Amino acid sequence: MSVENHHVVDTSKLDEIISTCGGKKSNLIAMLQKVQEVYRYLPEDAMIYIGTKVEGLSPATVFGVATFYAQFSLQPKGKFEIKVCDGTACHVRGSMPVLNAIRAKLNMQEGQLTSESGLFSLETVSCLGACGLAPVVVINDKVYPQMTSDAITIVLDTLIKEEN
Amino acid sequence: MTDKKTLFIDGKEVEFTDEPNLLEVIRKAGMNVPTFCYRPDLTSFGACRMCVVEIEGRGIQSSCTMPPEAGLKIHLNTERTRRIRKTVLELLLANHDKECLTCEKSGNCELQKYSEEYGIRKIRYPEKSLEEYLPVDDSSPSIVRDPNKCILCGACVRACTEFQGHSVLGFANRGSKTVVQPMNGRPMGQVDCVNCGQCAAVCPTGALTIKSDVENVWNEITNPNKKVVVQMAPATRVAIGEMFGLKPGENSIKLMNAALRKIGFDLIFDTNFSADLTIMEEATEFLERLKSGQNLPLFTSCCPAWIKYLEDQHPDMLHHLSSCKSPMSMLSPVLKELVPKHFNIEKENLTVVAIMPCTAKKYECKRPELSKNGKPDTDYVLTTQELGRMIKEAGINFNAIEGEDADSPFGEYTGAGTIFGASGGVAEAAVRTAYEFATGEILQDVNIKQMRGTTNRSRDIELDLKGTKLVVRVVSTLREAEKAIQEIKSGKAPFQMLEVMACPGGCINGGGQPRSCDDSKIKAERAEGLYKEDSELTIRKSHMNPSIQKLYQEYLEHPNSHKAHEILHTIYQDRFAGSYKDI
Repeated sequence: MSVENHHVVDTSKLDEIISTCGGKKSNLIAMLQKVQEVYRYLPEDAMIYIGTKVEGLSPATVFGVATFYAQFSLQPKGKFEIKVCDGTACHVRGSMPVLNAIRAKLNMQEGQLTSESGLFSLETVSCLGACGLAPVVVINDKVYPQMTSDAITIVLDTLIKEEN
Repeated sequence: MTDKKTLFIDGKEVEFTDEPNLLEVIRKAGMNVPTFCYRPDLTSFGACRMCVVEIEGRGIQSSCTMPPEAGLKIHLNTERTRRIRKTVLELLLANHDKECLTCEKSGNCELQKYSEEYGIRKIRYPEKSLEEYLPVDDSSPSIVRDPNKCILCGACVRACTEFQGHSVLGFANRGSKTVVQPMNGRPMGQVDCVNCGQCAAVCPTGALTIKSDVENVWNEITNPNKKVVVQMAPATRVAIGEMFGLKPGENSIKLMNAALRKIGFDLIFDTNFSADLTIMEEATEFLERLKSGQNLPLFTSCCPAWIKYLEDQHPDMLHHLSSCKSPMSMLSPVLKELVPKHFNIEKENLTVVAIMPCTAKKYECKRPELSKNGKPDTDYVLTTQELGRMIKEAGINFNAIEGEDADSPFGEYTGAGTIFGASGGVAEAAVRTAYEFATGEILQDVNIKQMRGTTNRSRDIELDLKGTKLVVRVVSTLREAEKAIQEIKSGKAPFQMLEVMACPGGCINGGGQPRSCDDSKIKAERAEGLYKEDSELTIRKSHMNPSIQKLYQEYLEHPNSHKAHEILHTIYQDRFAGSYKDI
């Protein structure tokens, strides 16, 4: 009864992640974070594998945790993860025009997570705790303070250029 | 002695000892508060907020999560508690598929019941729009999942985890988007669900219900060309009466026989008969394994949920399973083979229906190896609940009818057959026969009381077969079975036989039995009913059943004969390979 399976996950990599986290179910979030670091999202097979291998977990339980937290994505993210802060301070100081500029530049629709090229993913987040620098954009852990539509376009141009 | 402390409920002084929460204290004092999510056999969850009480100096608390304390002054029914409960009901109803009249759970639904009791006539909140409705999942042979009727009380998720240990159902998403579902919304029929039905048994609404075969069975009965024969499992007789106001544990087998005839079944047989047959085969198989030392410990194979669990999770352990079919699946092929000859019926016009306490039996009867020439040995499985409904539909006054006997020869049984319905019963019945087979001596006291019990879900029983020391482990719930498997894998298992029943307490508490999740004591009362019948029967050892002896003489030769293997034994398969979990 063999079903043709095209698995995207490398089980030895997952075993390594599970064992670095002590194989304990209480470390599930840490495991999922590490999986997301590797794949830039949580592949379904990775969740099933962890749910099957780690004692006390099940695939459905892992899926529950993965869908509960906004930090986890079930769709592949881009090489550059853009987070636009839309907390109160950033919103008031113009985070929406910045967001729209990014969408225009990368040709992305509202609700679209990852750009066509797979290079960028875009999401809004609640307060990043850097209200003094509002509006703030974070790209792969690098903070870009006091953004404007023009400034963010230049940042993106630079990133695209470096990639090419 | 435990210290006795007191608290006050609505001004009345009430004693408490070691009750885990206020709700239990309230119930023991003969009072009640409504709840959706609290189930005495599961951990407290505090999700539904219906059981709120007002405590002087503490405000509003949910009684299912609050431990009792001496001196508390509790009020169950205040303006605030009533308002909160009504708001909870209104919010749940705003989000609920309210097609009550055609709902499987109608009349049995807690949401319906409390909405009526609390006089909910108008819902102040906007209704869910049609676009928000999710598809109904009827892919499982046993359970129908309707997420539109789910109130997110989490009872099913806890039952799946705490009873069966592998959480097929889980919460997904958060906030208003939360749903209860298998992994990533997969259909129930395509995941490693064992079909035990405990999720449906604890569900307060119509979100998880038993897949009904009532219409199919009516069609067979009304077809003039068909002869419909029926068999019923031991555990059904001590529970069906509850649907008609009888006490749990009251043995209604004679009333059941009569009701089944009135409904229109042509011949009434008893699965207890084939429970005796199972013992003949399984005891012989066990003694052979003891002699050869191979494939020990032997696992019992009556519980279809347990079998699927082993096939799904531990295919490397399948050689431990007894090759015996379950009593239901032993009797059906015997009936298909012998009833046409005995009763002059055309083979193709014979339909076999089984009344079971179990939803997993609906899955078992669809297993291809339990069929012949593409026709299942057991055509339909009805749960105790479904039979109760058929009796009502047929307008039969269950309590007032005259009791009747089953038909011969497959309706005769011993006490050993009847105790199959309680956890420990299969092992006890097997030991009664194995002792006599192995030693050639008569077992004087057939009561092996250490094997009995519905609360302790795992117990080791030491036995002495005239010099041969034996340990039998009896477990109910797959969570306990998993622990036993881990012991075997680590080489530490002290036992030679493992009896597993997936439902807590055994078949008497099966997923297809009348509703009993509010009261932990019902399991023990039903089991007591079976042990009482056992003690009242003159023949209490399977191999002494005259009909069984005749069946071997005329048809099956001897236990584990070639013929017996052909009809009474089966094979198992690795269901992990190729499954969604095989990565």
